[in-house]
Amino acid sequence: MVTLDHYLILSALLFAIGTVGVFLRRNIITLLLSVEIMLNAVNLTFVAVGRYLGSVDGQIIVFFVMTVAAAEAAVGLALVIAIFRHGETLSPDAFTSLKW
Amino acid sequence: MNPAVIAHLVLIVAIFFALQISAAVLVYFERKIAARIQQRLGPYRVGPHGVLQPLADIVKLMFKEELRPKAADTWLFYLAPILSATAAFAAFAVVPFGSETTLFGLLDQPIRLQVADVNVALLVVFAITSMGVYGIVLAGWSSNSKYSLLGGLRSAAQMISYELSYALALAAVLVLANSLSLREIVEHQAGHWLGVIPKWYVFLTPVGFIVYMIAGVAETNRAPFDFPEAEQELVAGYHTEYSSMSFALFFLAEYVNMVTVSAVAVSLFLGGWFDPFGLTPEWLGWVWFLVKVSALLFFYIWMRWTLPRYRYDQLMAFGWKVLLPVATVNLLAVAGLVVWWG
Amino acid sequence: MDIWLFYLFALVIVGASLGVIGQRSPMHSVLFLILSFGALAALYVQLDSPFAAVAQIIIYAGAIMVLFLFVVMLLNASHEDDDPGARAPVPVGVKVSGCLLALLLLVELTWALTRVGRPAVEKDAASADSVSSVHEIGRVLFTDYAFAFEVTSVLILVAMIGAVVLAKRKV
Repeated sequence: MVTLDHYLILSALLFAIGTVGVFLRRNIITLLLSVEIMLNAVNLTFVAVGRYLGSVDGQIIVFFVMTVAAAEAAVGLALVIAIFRHGETLSPDAFTSLKW
Repeated sequence: MNPAVIAHLVLIVAIFFALQISAAVLVYFERKIAARIQQRLGPYRVGPHGVLQPLADIVKLMFKEELRPKAADTWLFYLAPILSATAAFAAFAVVPFGSETTLFGLLDQPIRLQVADVNVALLVVFAITSMGVYGIVLAGWSSNSKYSLLGGLRSAAQMISYELSYALALAAVLVLANSLSLREIVEHQAGHWLGVIPKWYVFLTPVGFIVYMIAGVAETNRAPFDFPEAEQELVAGYHTEYSSMSFALFFLAEYVNMVTVSAVAVSLFLGGWFDPFGLTPEWLGWVWFLVKVSALLFFYIWMRWTLPRYRYDQLMAFGWKVLLPVATVNLLAVAGLVVWWG
Repeated sequence: MDIWLFYLFALVIVGASLGVIGQRSPMHSVLFLILSFGALAALYVQLDSPFAAVAQIIIYAGAIMVLFLFVVMLLNASHEDDDPGARAPVPVGVKVSGCLLALLLLVELTWALTRVGRPAVEKDAASADSVSSVHEIGRVLFTDYAFAFEVTSVLILVAMIGAVVLAKRKV
């Protein structure tokens, strides 16, 4: 029998993995991917809790999270392209100047 | 094991092989029809009228050497064709191709001629189609060759652009049928208006059908939208570096994709397994399904060998500035009609 | 049966997510993330939420990730180590403390999610139909959440314009 706790612990684990990614990686694209992992951890919580409460609200929030994630990815990747064009690098260390 | 389960397993295996054979048959007919269109005879040496040509091709492909560019990403290079073929086969699972049958009383319970009756089938079709792009993109990237990379990039851009119109055409049918299950959508199309015109959705939303077919051609990367391959400018596009069986898998995927897109089109717009005149018994439904799918496939081949190719910027402009607005207006019009007449 | 499927998919999700943050080539990271999303969609199916599962595949795996792949391919992004802009490698101390912080977060989250008072809920068969019904989702989405839905469309529009402006070459 899979209980709600199973899903919640998995979700916590995923969120932690995403955090490690943001802490340790030195590549903007991987950073964005780590943020996606964290968003998905939250999505899993919503769907699981929604299921155990017998309500569709969880799935609807997930739908909104996905649209926000899509918007975030579009803008984030546009920024990555703009930055890459400027410095030929994807390392966040290189972007210390406030103006170019 | 109970007979229904066995029947279902047999059905799954049968569909798997039928799709593979259909790809071989399609290759033969494509070459023959192309030849006829160009006033040639086409393959004629292997077997009577060259009917064994696809078999000879398969044998040839199997015994060719498997080449891999030195700088290629090995894992992804071999994963890409498998992904491509898997996505092509998977989408067919939710397509119903006949009404319920007991196989002439062989089974106690009637089984459905469909691998999986999912209640979100329409979305599943769309999801699997959107997965198909990965095979091509990965092939393009992992080959480490400029032609492959360009083919992969084009494919990603093209498929994302045309997926929107594709989805909006599907949505129009969804609104008409008020259901996401392909089986229910087909069952909604039973019967006739005025005793003559079959109640097919193609008559209710002809624009949707046209948009679906155009987007479907773009999704399967067939001419006149064959930019990921683009023989004239990109050598062979994403599969430039592939040979032997990996190449065969891409080839198989392309033809199975055609079959799947046509089968879904038949289910959505052309009344699935229902016959247009209402004369034949229902258990012959799958024959009608085959006839309709074959007609659409012929259309595909016909189009490839008669229409000139687009230029890449024209393709993008067409997708975003013509097809997408048309599909949107069509969806709104259909929704309006449904609200008006209920 | 259920529990084994759960562990299988959970294993794939965690393994693939570790792959995402462990890979030095962005291309492989993206692919691991797609694998993780696929397994997550399977968990959604197990939770009787086919709509969320299919949306996960269509929106996340089918659209957002293709966007990522497209950018990775377009920039022909190199390995992290060969990146000319990277300064000295991350010191071990930073790595260890980062992992410790994340571990702390994991413990806290687990505690918060599983211990904090919540009604004892059980997955009952009766609610399965209402949760998995797409009709019901549509109804709630366009009545209770209609405003949020409209705002989302504005958000997408803004994001689209923003992306075009940011990525446009200076003429």
